[in-house]
Amino acid sequence: MQCPKCHAPMHTYNRNGVQIEQCSGCRGIFLDYGELESLTRLEGQWSQPAPPPPAGPQAYPSAPAPAWGAPHGGHGGHYGHKRQKSFGHMLFSS
Amino acid sequence: MTADVLSALTARARAAAHPAREPCHCGTGAAVLADRPDGVVVRHAGTVAKAHAADTDRGDLAARLAVAAHPRLGGILLPPLGERADDLQGRPVTCWPYGTPVDRETPEAAPWEAVAVLLARLHRTPGSVLPAGLPAMRGPAKAARAVARLRAAGPRPEAAPVLRAWAALPAWARDEAPMPDARTLCHGDLHLGQLVRTRHGAWLLIDIDDLGTGDPAWDLARPAAWFACGLLPPDEWTRFLTAYRRAGGPAVPADADPWPALDVPARALTVQTAALAVAKSAAARRPLDEVETSVIDACARMAARPPELAEECAT
Repeated sequence: MQCPKCHAPMHTYNRNGVQIEQCSGCRGIFLDYGELESLTRLEGQWSQPAPPPPAGPQAYPSAPAPAWGAPHGGHGGHYGHKRQKSFGHMLFSS
Repeated sequence: MTADVLSALTARARAAAHPAREPCHCGTGAAVLADRPDGVVVRHAGTVAKAHAADTDRGDLAARLAVAAHPRLGGILLPPLGERADDLQGRPVTCWPYGTPVDRETPEAAPWEAVAVLLARLHRTPGSVLPAGLPAMRGPAKAARAVARLRAAGPRPEAAPVLRAWAALPAWARDEAPMPDARTLCHGDLHLGQLVRTRHGAWLLIDIDDLGTGDPAWDLARPAAWFACGLLPPDEWTRFLTAYRRAGGPAVPADADPWPALDVPARALTVQTAALAVAKSAAARRPLDEVETSVIDACARMAARPPELAEECAT
C-alpha cells in the first residue's frame, strides 16, 4: 500500500504480533482498526521497566539522513556482518 | 582495446620503468589493471601507463596533470612521471608510479578517515596553485553520461523513477548549466578505487581525468548516497564525515546539518548509480539485484521530496 501522506510505499512489520505498516519515505505509521488497542494492551503488560540499552559497540549517535533515504535499522539497511558482493563492487566503480 | 595498442602501452610502461634505456631484467610481464573505452591502464614493475579516452581534451589534461605534479598537492594526489602526456594512436598516455589499491575483498577495512582527510586537504588547495586553464570538475558530466546510457538502453520500467529523479535536479547538477561554486579544487569521481597506498604507506588520490573546480560536496556525495540508500553502515559514514570536518573540509558546515549541502550531489550520484545499474543489467539480460534495487528505490522516494533549497543554497 502507499502512504496517504507522501505516497511512498509502506512496508509491513510485525511488532509483538501486531501488524504495523510503516512508510518507507516519511516513516509514518498506519494502524488498522483495533491495532492501537492491541499495542496499548501489550504496553500494559510490561510491568517491569525496560532494561537500559546496552552500552557497547553502538558508540556513534544516529547520523542525520535525507528525507529520501532508506529507513535505517529494521530491515531497511542492506549492510550487516556480510557485505553484499554487489555493494562491494559499487564501492570501487565510477 | 586492440592487442597492438595494449602492447604499445606496455612498452610505454616498460620504458618509463627503465628511463635510462637499460635493458629490462624485471622478469615480469605487464598486468592490465583496467581496459575500458575511457581508460586503459597497464602496469610494469613499479610503473603504470594509462591511455586516456581518445576524445580527451589535450589542454584540459595538461592542466590537470600540472595540478597533480604541483608540489602543493604532494601527499594528496599521486604525482605523474613527467608533466606531459604522450600520444599513442590518437590517445593521450600518461605514466605514474604504481601504488597498492584498497583491497576489494575487504571493503570493511576501507580507509575512510584517510580518504576524508585527503579530500579535505584537496578542497583547501589555494586558488593561486591552480593553473589558469583548469576546467570544471566533471562530476555532473559523468552523471549526465550515465543517464544518456540509461536512455540508450531503451524503455524499461525500472528507468522511470530514475529519470524522474534526474529531471527534478537543478540544471547545474545535470551538466546543463555552470556550477554555482566553481572555485574549489575537486576530484570529480571519488570512490574507493581512486586511492592507492605508496611504498611509504601513505594513501594518495589517483585518476585526474575528472579533476577540476566545482562544488566540493560532490566528492562526498558517493559515500553520502551509499549511506542514504542504506548500503553504507551509519558508523562508516560518520567516521568519514567526522574525519573530513576535523580536517577542515569546506564542503559541509563544521557543526550543522550537512544535508542541505549534500542533498543535490547525493541525489545526482544516486541517479548516476541507478542509471548505470539499469543499463548494465539490461545489457547483460540479468535482473537487478537487491543492492541495485535499493538505489532505484531511493530514486523513487526522491519524487516525493523535491531537492531542498537546491538553488537557494547555491549562492
